[in-house]
Amino acid sequence: MRNPQLNAQGELTHLLTLEGLPAPIIRNILDTATPFVGIAEREVKKVPLLRGKAVFNLFFENSTRTRTTFEIAAKRLSADVINLNIGASSTTKGETLLDTVDNLVAMDADIFVVRHAQSGAPHLIAAHLNAHGRSHVHVVNAGDGRHSHPTQGLLDLYTIRHYKKEFHNLTVAIVGDVLHSRVARSLIHGLTTLGTPEVRVIGPKTLLPNKVEALGVRVFHDMREGLKGCDVVVMLRLQSERMKGALLPSAGEYFKHYGLTPDKLALAKPDVIVMHPGPMNRGVEIDSAVADGDRAVILPQVTFGIAVRMAVMSIIAGN
Amino acid sequence: MKIEIRNGRIIDPAQGTDRVASLYVAAGKFAGIGKAPEGWTANRVIDAGGLVVAPGFIDLSARLREPGFEYKATLESEMQAAIAGGVTSLACPPDTDPPLDEPGLVEMLKHRARLLNQAHVYPVGALTVQLQGTTLTEMGELAEAGCVAFSHADMPLVDTQVLLRAMQYASTFGYRVWLRPNDPHLGRLGVAHDGEVATRLGLPGIPAVAETIAIMTIVALLRETGVRVHLCRLSTAEGVAMVRAAKKEGLPVSCDVAVHHLHLCDVDIGWFDSHTHMVPPLRTVRDRAALRAGVADGTIDLICSDHAPVDDDGKQVPFGEAEPGATGLELLLPLTLKWAMEEKVPLSAALARITCEPAKLLGVAAGDLSAGAPADVCVFDPEQFWTVEPRALKSQGKNTPFLGMEVPGKVRYTLVSGQVVYEA
Repeated sequence: MRNPQLNAQGELTHLLTLEGLPAPIIRNILDTATPFVGIAEREVKKVPLLRGKAVFNLFFENSTRTRTTFEIAAKRLSADVINLNIGASSTTKGETLLDTVDNLVAMDADIFVVRHAQSGAPHLIAAHLNAHGRSHVHVVNAGDGRHSHPTQGLLDLYTIRHYKKEFHNLTVAIVGDVLHSRVARSLIHGLTTLGTPEVRVIGPKTLLPNKVEALGVRVFHDMREGLKGCDVVVMLRLQSERMKGALLPSAGEYFKHYGLTPDKLALAKPDVIVMHPGPMNRGVEIDSAVADGDRAVILPQVTFGIAVRMAVMSIIAGN
Repeated sequence: MKIEIRNGRIIDPAQGTDRVASLYVAAGKFAGIGKAPEGWTANRVIDAGGLVVAPGFIDLSARLREPGFEYKATLESEMQAAIAGGVTSLACPPDTDPPLDEPGLVEMLKHRARLLNQAHVYPVGALTVQLQGTTLTEMGELAEAGCVAFSHADMPLVDTQVLLRAMQYASTFGYRVWLRPNDPHLGRLGVAHDGEVATRLGLPGIPAVAETIAIMTIVALLRETGVRVHLCRLSTAEGVAMVRAAKKEGLPVSCDVAVHHLHLCDVDIGWFDSHTHMVPPLRTVRDRAALRAGVADGTIDLICSDHAPVDDDGKQVPFGEAEPGATGLELLLPLTLKWAMEEKVPLSAALARITCEPAKLLGVAAGDLSAGAPADVCVFDPEQFWTVEPRALKSQGKNTPFLGMEVPGKVRYTLVSGQVVYEA
């Protein structure tokens, strides 16, 4: 069975996960994104690469931020953007996921940007399109369950490359709720593919998935130990429903052990950068002094995110 | 009706028979092997040269989807699948809608099955009312109506005191209890084995300890009550080791494995292939190896198909939302043969796992070729390979992870109570 996100020529036709993508494809996306970063500063913030194409934002799970950045990216590429917040409504109508997709294909969609609460939903859609002679329709995964959020992973890689130039000499720590995090999984795959020698995950045992070492990471439970000598620290968002209960006793205790404070950050390298996929919980996973401090690159991440999404959509639409 | 099945390789694991001879069937019963009864004239002669003649297979877990889920499959379609797979007796779990918790439902199912006059159907009664885990069913009434055992299917039995009471009550009257060992809390919301693959794919996990903790609980209660317990669908290496130890201790315990667990593991989930969404989940290669070894050394008494016809709507959805299970009746023989060939297990020993061993659990006269027993027979070609594809399957459920695979073992004739009910 062929890798479902590559076409017969080995080119990227869907973006479903960073796992298993050849490094040149990832580098090409990052390189393609570079000139797009400057577009926002131009008077006309548009390029005509996707003129006449229809991008359908197909969000089965609520999201404002990611959907908005995809919408901006598609509009800057001159595409027509249709936003569909399907949420619970289609399931109450009894329409299946693939029926919804078929209907939208009949409306001449060119790119589906899909977010779904179930891991693997974008794979299902891509496989369905490929199997029914619709391989000219592309799928971009905008986050599926705990599995993957490849454009977030790519924008994280872009940010790291922007500030650190290379990957082969870096130590990167990812801190927090790795268990439920598609952001963490995507970044781990991206970093290992690009040759990062040390990727660490830091968190309590309740928030790290079983056999996480198999992803090629070193596990730390003591944050101070794990931050030593790091070039990059990526903080993960802790969902409010996980702050109390059987995973963690309280947000306060979590902050005490795994919140990023200036004194903990001082254990990393002096030129460390601090990243966060947003939205942040100040005082839960990150102290405001760090979030607003000079090591944080959290807002540039958002800017780069638009350029990276433009790069992804323009590349797959051309393949 | 007198039938002579001529010159086949007759394998009767229960009696240690394995030789080329003719099998004689008269008035629905076996009338001898090798030597024709006095004054024999056959109404029909079946040439079984080059074929294996074995007792009809017995499957301890086949969901027929009636009552309640007729859109997935019907008794008619699944009985066709059974005889096409050489399965002449099957036990169906109580997870129907409504569950098999009342004698009327059981009688209706038996009656409908009898009218079809194909495989013998043995309902397994619900251990608790509505399978809700709170109130015991009227086991006596259910047994009289035809239930051969009592189980909780795949529904959680959360309250350990209810489990203890159910086992005590069943043991009072000598009923068998079939339980799938699964801690309902540890596996909650999980859809795949909690290991490397689930971590990579971001699928909520079901840890191996969900099975082993449940086995510990059941074995402890078994020592307490003395009830005969059958553990259904083992999936872990530790589980196999625990049953081995319990048997060594002399406890009245037996167990089975679903045939797909002998061939697949969590890696086969691939890119979220919903066909591989199973209950219990496919586990690691190490677990698979232990299950295969467990069947070979007899720790695992028998193999079942765990037949669960699922329609496309149930599978053409994201992995976690997919309905678990696969069609299996027509794959029980081929996948058992495949395991035996790969492990170099003699044919007779392999067939024991789907004939005389499950017969012991059912406690009915089936699973061997002894003279005077009801003539349930499967005649098959062990050398012939066929491709698993939707049109090759009689079952209404066409979904199985083995689609596209070539498997050994083509059923040529199936006899139930001395009548040829299937030939191909």
